[in-house]
Amino acid sequence: MTATVAPRRAAAVRPSTARRAARWLSEHLVAVFAAVAFAYLFVPIAYTVAFSFNDAGRSNLVWQGFTLDNWSNPCGAPDVCRALGNSIQIGLLATALATLLGTMVAFALARHRFRGRTATNLLIFLPMATPEVVLGASLLTLFLNLGVDPGFWTVVVAHVMFCISFVVVTVKARLAGLDPRLEQAAMDLYATEWQTFRRVTLPLAAPGILAAALLAFALSFDDFIITNFNSGSVTTFPKFVYVSAARGIPPQANVIGTAMFVLALAIVLAGQVLARARRRG
Amino acid sequence: MSSLGSVAASTAQAGGVTGAEGAAVPRRRRTPYLLLLPGLLWLALFFAVPILALGSTSLQTRVPGAELGVYTQTFRWANFPDALREYSPQFARAFLYAGLATVLALAIGYPLAYAIALKAGRWKNLLLVLVIAPFFTSFILRTIAWRQVLADEGPVVGVLRALHLLGSTGSLTATNVAVVAGLTYNFLPFMTLPLYASLERMDPRLVEAAGDLYANGLTGFRRVTLPLSMPGVIAGTLLTFIPAAGDYVNAALLGNPGTTMIGNIIDSRFFRVVDYPTAAALSFLLMAAILALVFVYIRRAGTEELV
Amino acid sequence: MGTPGGGRELRLVGVTKAFGSFVAVDGVSLTVPQGSFFALLGPSGCGKTTTLRMVAGLERPTRGAIFLGDDDVTFTKPYQRPVNTVFQNYALFPHLDVGENVAFGLRRRGEKDVRRRVAEALDLVELGHLARRKPAQLSGGQQQRVALARAVVNRPDVLLLDEPLGALDLKLRRQMQIELKRIQTEVGLTFVHVTHDQEEAMTMADTIAVMNAGRIEQRGAPVELYESPASAYVANFLGQSNLLRATVSERAADRIRFEVGGQPLAMPAARCRCDGAEILAGVRPEKVRLTVEGRPAEGVDLNTLAGGIVTDASFTGVSTQFLVRLPWGQEVTVFAQNRGVGDVVGVGERVVLSWAPEHTFGLDGAQDPAAGAEVEEPVAVGAVG
Repeated sequence: MTATVAPRRAAAVRPSTARRAARWLSEHLVAVFAAVAFAYLFVPIAYTVAFSFNDAGRSNLVWQGFTLDNWSNPCGAPDVCRALGNSIQIGLLATALATLLGTMVAFALARHRFRGRTATNLLIFLPMATPEVVLGASLLTLFLNLGVDPGFWTVVVAHVMFCISFVVVTVKARLAGLDPRLEQAAMDLYATEWQTFRRVTLPLAAPGILAAALLAFALSFDDFIITNFNSGSVTTFPKFVYVSAARGIPPQANVIGTAMFVLALAIVLAGQVLARARRRG
Repeated sequence: MSSLGSVAASTAQAGGVTGAEGAAVPRRRRTPYLLLLPGLLWLALFFAVPILALGSTSLQTRVPGAELGVYTQTFRWANFPDALREYSPQFARAFLYAGLATVLALAIGYPLAYAIALKAGRWKNLLLVLVIAPFFTSFILRTIAWRQVLADEGPVVGVLRALHLLGSTGSLTATNVAVVAGLTYNFLPFMTLPLYASLERMDPRLVEAAGDLYANGLTGFRRVTLPLSMPGVIAGTLLTFIPAAGDYVNAALLGNPGTTMIGNIIDSRFFRVVDYPTAAALSFLLMAAILALVFVYIRRAGTEELV
Repeated sequence: MGTPGGGRELRLVGVTKAFGSFVAVDGVSLTVPQGSFFALLGPSGCGKTTTLRMVAGLERPTRGAIFLGDDDVTFTKPYQRPVNTVFQNYALFPHLDVGENVAFGLRRRGEKDVRRRVAEALDLVELGHLARRKPAQLSGGQQQRVALARAVVNRPDVLLLDEPLGALDLKLRRQMQIELKRIQTEVGLTFVHVTHDQEEAMTMADTIAVMNAGRIEQRGAPVELYESPASAYVANFLGQSNLLRATVSERAADRIRFEVGGQPLAMPAARCRCDGAEILAGVRPEKVRLTVEGRPAEGVDLNTLAGGIVTDASFTGVSTQFLVRLPWGQEVTVFAQNRGVGDVVGVGERVVLSWAPEHTFGLDGAQDPAAGAEVEEPVAVGAVG
């Protein structure tokens, strides 16, 4: 908008507030949109957190008053803590196994030459591309055909199965970013293959392996569909929430959901802070 | 598997897996096979074999007169067209909802990814965390929260009624709109993160160069940024559409019997009606349809890009 | 300090490395005397780095043998060889601090007295005060010195340097060249330095081997290679040369007479590595004098070429670089040192070129006079999308 050369008496025209607002908006359109998108992302979170303080009994649908009782007594509702306990146990077992198996595969893919690379990549990729319904249903079919009753261990088996692929991808990405000349330098400096692995490769790959483990745990903990197909009568936390959705979800579930959110957020932020601190030395 | 999973995977993929050069010192021959064996064996046993078992089950029929859940292998290929014929509405609905959700997720996710990658400066990492953060809560809890938020007494319906976008007695509860909204929300990070990774890798000086060559803002975006972010768009689209098509939780919690998707049918056929062959056939058909899409992508990108 | 002048002689015998059908190193044989500074010089892709890696044990030769003293180390693992490498990108371990990086080799061999030896090595490269820092916190030049200390501290029989100065800016590079030479003489190790920078090789090395397409073109002291190149490649790769197509008119015991563009010239017989009638007569630009046509040339018994026209004159401060077009179209380069005396010659002037016959070198006429001249490196386009 060109400033008019003012004749001696008239003052320069000042754009109206609406005009300025419109211009500000068009320049910052993307930022405004992003802010709205973030608000949208957090709506259900805000709701979940808020209703964890709801003074309600079994049915946490209508706001009835603020209370800290739910937080002081998170296991108050029946079965909540049993479900949580199962989820954590399954998560830890599945994470340990999937991380171990997946890391080994990632090392093979990233650092070795072998035949059947295409087939391996395909076998790793397919579970990620298959809808959960199919994964869950097919595994259940197998168990039924073998006469195995679905229960705790079938869930663990299922979780390890779908977590391996994600661990492989994560660790492989980290390994690919590792300069192979570092390992060559180590061998040049008298480290045998095993010493090189232990003192150079593993420490440098560790952040990736850790990230993969966290990812596997998150996937396992929050899984519903595959778990639902293969758990029989064993309850996990997501299953508990789903089943109680009909009757009414107890506020304690919100408490646990909020707690997991805060915990996960804390871990991720701590990781970021640590990484920045380590870089600064 | 609806949370961080494919998100990190896609970020790792689209984020540029660069391999450094330098030939490796020759290794013992057996090592890679030993490393691969346990993991691949597990996947073979608990992924590949079950899929085959699924295939086998899909060809079975009910043993006449036997109790519920007893089937015998009859190689009845007709199970497939039968299942397809009976449940084609649900198939169509699943692909429609998933498609809509994907488009919406793209519409929301692209500007979001763009803002973070190119306009956020040093807040980039924090904003990324904030995009993923909502998905640290349980998937089910989030979806149920939406159900409450979209309830008749809630603010959303109130606003929509006031704007006359919804009739005065209109409701979003148990509607297909709610289902699509839920799908869009739940798979948003699957779309946003690959887009972010792709945009972040782009050299911003390319857009400057376009400007130097007489392209205005919009043209610069259309001719430089958009084409260069295509890998991210493709990855995000696949990662959103595939799980969304098979989802049934959103339809179950936010919809009604008229909005059932194919996932719901498979679930009910397994557990309520105990009709394994139909459920298996439907699963196979779903997988086949999705794999067809994925193989088109594989031919463009090669398998190393996937994993 | 370790044994002064320690180490053994390095010998390569017919070493070949093939990657599938591509032969990177083709029958290379050379001897590096103990305690010397040896440079392997050549353009990108000539096989020099591959040769170095075979000496380090990071690649296995397809054929041939490598000896350290009397020991055949051709197939021994890198961690079994008393050879250390300074990598091109330094390859410092990012998760260890400087002190631990330098100590790495000592610890793997279970050596005693690690701390003192690390301190000594860091003092040698003047980085003692940075022992606790991580590599990411150091500048390029500092990282390079840490990489050097990490290798030197092990007192290897041979120290290999893979273009270690490539990433440094000009001034720093010059400084480091002097530093490296100082350290090598002080510690007395055998250095094998791989580079594509001919000035660097000539400055630092006792002996240079010029490599081209997997083969060694010539090996000798810098002066030898420069003044008596054995091939057009070496003549053009080391510094600049003017190579003129000539026909031999007379071969005497001590002198060869030849004609360039019809004009008679001569060179000592010993300076010509040639047999047939067609030869390439070479002379370095700094050896040639420019005289304006009509003025008498200085000196006696000089080779003269008349009929040249100056097409370019670039004043560089130290000298003026001329391009002179000869009657048959060839352009010849002349460097005239800026001594403040003599004619100022401008573009378009007709000039006479003259030089002493003993500054001429002769090569076989079948060679390509453009071999080894400015090679256009393919420009790596930045990763797009």
